[in-house]
Amino acid sequence: MSSVTRETDGNTVNSQNDERPILEIKDLEVGFNTQNGLVKAVDGVNITLYRGQSLAIVGESGSGKSTTAHAIINLLPGTGKITGGSIKLDGQELSTATPKEMEDIRGRRIGFVPQDPMSNLNPVWSIGFQVEEAIRSNGIASGKKDVRARAIEVLKQAGLGDADRRLKQYPHQFSGGMRQRVLIGMGLAANPQLLIADEPTSALDVTVQRVILDHLETLTRDLGTTLLFITHDLGLAAERAEQLVVMYKGKVVESGPSVKILKDPQHPYTQRLVAAAPSLASRRIQASDTPLAELDIHAPAEAEVVDLIATAEARAEAREHAADLPPAIVVEDLTKVYKIRGSGEFKAVDNVSFQIAKGTTMALVGESGSGKSTVAKMLLKLEDATSGKIIVGGQDLNALGGKELFNLRSRMQPVFQDPYGSLNPLRNIGNTISEPMSVHGVGTRKSRQARVFELLDQVSLPKMLVSRYPNELSGGQRQRIAIARALALKPEIVILDEAVSALDVLVQAQILRLLADLQAELDLTYLFITHDLAVVRVIADHVAVMQKGKIVEYSSTDEVFDNPQQQYTQDLLAAIPGASIELAS
Amino acid sequence: MPSRNSQQNHFVAPLEETPLVAIDQVKTEGKPSNLWIDAWHDVRKRPMFWISSVMIFVIVTVALFPSLFTSVDPTFCELSKSLDGPGGDSVLGYTKQGCDIYSRIIYGTGTSLSVGIIVTVLVFVLGIVFGAFAGFYGGWVDGVLSRVGDIFFSIPYILAAVVIMSVFSAYRSVWIISLAIGIFAWPSTARVLRAEIFRVKNADYVMAATAIGVSRFRILLRHVLPNSIAPVIVVTTISLAAAIVAEATLSFLGVGLPSTTMSWGNDISQAQNDLRVAPQTLIYPSIALSLTVLSFIMLGEVVRDALDPKARAAR
Repeated sequence: MSSVTRETDGNTVNSQNDERPILEIKDLEVGFNTQNGLVKAVDGVNITLYRGQSLAIVGESGSGKSTTAHAIINLLPGTGKITGGSIKLDGQELSTATPKEMEDIRGRRIGFVPQDPMSNLNPVWSIGFQVEEAIRSNGIASGKKDVRARAIEVLKQAGLGDADRRLKQYPHQFSGGMRQRVLIGMGLAANPQLLIADEPTSALDVTVQRVILDHLETLTRDLGTTLLFITHDLGLAAERAEQLVVMYKGKVVESGPSVKILKDPQHPYTQRLVAAAPSLASRRIQASDTPLAELDIHAPAEAEVVDLIATAEARAEAREHAADLPPAIVVEDLTKVYKIRGSGEFKAVDNVSFQIAKGTTMALVGESGSGKSTVAKMLLKLEDATSGKIIVGGQDLNALGGKELFNLRSRMQPVFQDPYGSLNPLRNIGNTISEPMSVHGVGTRKSRQARVFELLDQVSLPKMLVSRYPNELSGGQRQRIAIARALALKPEIVILDEAVSALDVLVQAQILRLLADLQAELDLTYLFITHDLAVVRVIADHVAVMQKGKIVEYSSTDEVFDNPQQQYTQDLLAAIPGASIELAS
Repeated sequence: MPSRNSQQNHFVAPLEETPLVAIDQVKTEGKPSNLWIDAWHDVRKRPMFWISSVMIFVIVTVALFPSLFTSVDPTFCELSKSLDGPGGDSVLGYTKQGCDIYSRIIYGTGTSLSVGIIVTVLVFVLGIVFGAFAGFYGGWVDGVLSRVGDIFFSIPYILAAVVIMSVFSAYRSVWIISLAIGIFAWPSTARVLRAEIFRVKNADYVMAATAIGVSRFRILLRHVLPNSIAPVIVVTTISLAAAIVAEATLSFLGVGLPSTTMSWGNDISQAQNDLRVAPQTLIYPSIALSLTVLSFIMLGEVVRDALDPKARAAR
């Protein structure tokens, strides 16, 4: 990469400009016009960033972190506008810059890497065309040959080896990680002073994420680019940035050196965030004695952490007890083959075997395309297995007739990933939760109603929700409703397919806690499917790691985390953002 | 890399300025809302909705109780008054046959509206049956149903209706003309629904319902259809207007309703020769037709805006 390093020697430039920050945001306010008038999305944000530094803005969805970044390069949507404060880039005011001036700044002085690599490249143009367009519009090179040469250089720099061949290819021929490399290359094409990356890797698998972030780090260091990135992941932010800005409801609640903030969070919100970040946690969540609803929200985070050791013993006892019982689920040599038009067959699941003891949690971990969700669908009989056996509660799933399968469904229920898709938007909460009971003819209308109230109570939601509709609820609340629906028939097994992946960290922690409580209370068996190893550690008793349809490692959670046998598992573990950070607790 | 931590102070916002709220607090104020409730709230605020609703209400009332609006018998015609202008007993003047134009318009409303409604019901039912089964079951069911739809779609429904009405000229009535229009007008509705069902049937809540043990047909009725019906309703509202126009067109061409049936299309057809001498004979039935069609199209437009969040955001 040294061949592409510009002559801007980081050190000399830095020492000249020590006093003047490259980016200075003062009292920034951004409002959005809505039906209810102007709503403030960003309220008095101050950020100072010096040359060559890296800074991360951390916050949950709706905290205003992306809006702040978009305000810097004036990419706010039509309804949004800067209503106060100032943004200075190397001394130049940006909030009052004309559109023409902004065009010159975008790309040339501030590079931008968008969030979703899947939708940010135009599918009808070749990669080469799009990179060349970025180069030409920023006036880096002119003339067909020069532009092409620079495009190849940019892609090579972004880590795409055979760049000259790749120029002719189209986005659909690139994987997510490769597309993100292209976008990073485009963002850095003009050697901007500042690069803004908006959740650059949240759509990617952890191992890919790690490679991309490593590369971004080297690249910005070599080029002397200042990096501002936005993330929802505190662990990732702390690992990758020197400076942290924690945002909450449009305001900065805490900012400063990342290690200091992580080790000694001062603001209650930051404390909560540090306590909840699964990548930083180390122990399995135990069922708590304090009901979730009664927890004092203003109490410092430490108070929310349950006495781990006492409950851990009880947990181990339960696990031993479970070992004597017949397992809840036995999967033997399960295989699923899809026929693909033209290119033959695709083995999505390849000879998978595992069993889950009653009352315990097994996590099925893997990256996208590893076949983990296909296993779940076969277990739920939403897909038929090509070969192999699934035995649930002593019954072979494949041998079941319509009536027996119908009965079995009441004993095994799923919770899916997307909280916005898993509830019928036109049915109210009461009907949604009681549907399993009415389908299976359980109880009378009155007793079903009572059971709905009981279930709402179990997932810590108020009774008044029965007459409401899903669109009024947040993602976490919808996921609680989905859990309540899954529990309506008192199943023994719950299959959680990425059930917490789409949630904010704090909400995620809350749902994980709820799941642990419910497991202890109702003696549930969980199959927990996830791509996120960090979450596995806090919820699972056993882990099976899947790669390309096969289980490559299968052991107890402690064993997998402390002593991973396979290279792939080790890679996955090393890729958990923030895993390397030592927290003084 | 030079560390610059000394320049960056550790800032902590005062808690009073950034109060914490409970994690994932449940919103308890306000009334329950879903797509339909929201659409109703949206529609209620729009003047166009009220204007079109009042117009449609008036048109329906006229169609049901024509005698409330005129005491003149539309079939009582005196040739001595042929093509007389407005004045005296008549508000709008007389036709060539000497019949009262106003009274004929009032009594013709029912015909136009009946055709519109019968065609719409027919299109709605056929469109839903074909579209829902094709979209939901897919595979060969979709193949067969969609090809049948394509066959009907490839023949313009006006042309088809002209042919049918010519062949069955002895049986011309409101029912037959509605059938003739409706039988060839449903495929576009079915296509809209089929596409929408393709989108909805892959939703997680459909998978959740399957896992509960809900039968396929009940999933279609309970979960898939209600969530894919909105665009169909928009198309249907507008197709009602199109059906009224189609009836007028057929009657104008002389293959519609028999001249003994009171209909705007017939009146317009008979007036075309006298346009220069007595324009009122053609203009007033045309205005009645236009206003009726306009009111249904306006309603369709309002409903579409209310049901499509994207259109709403763009406003």
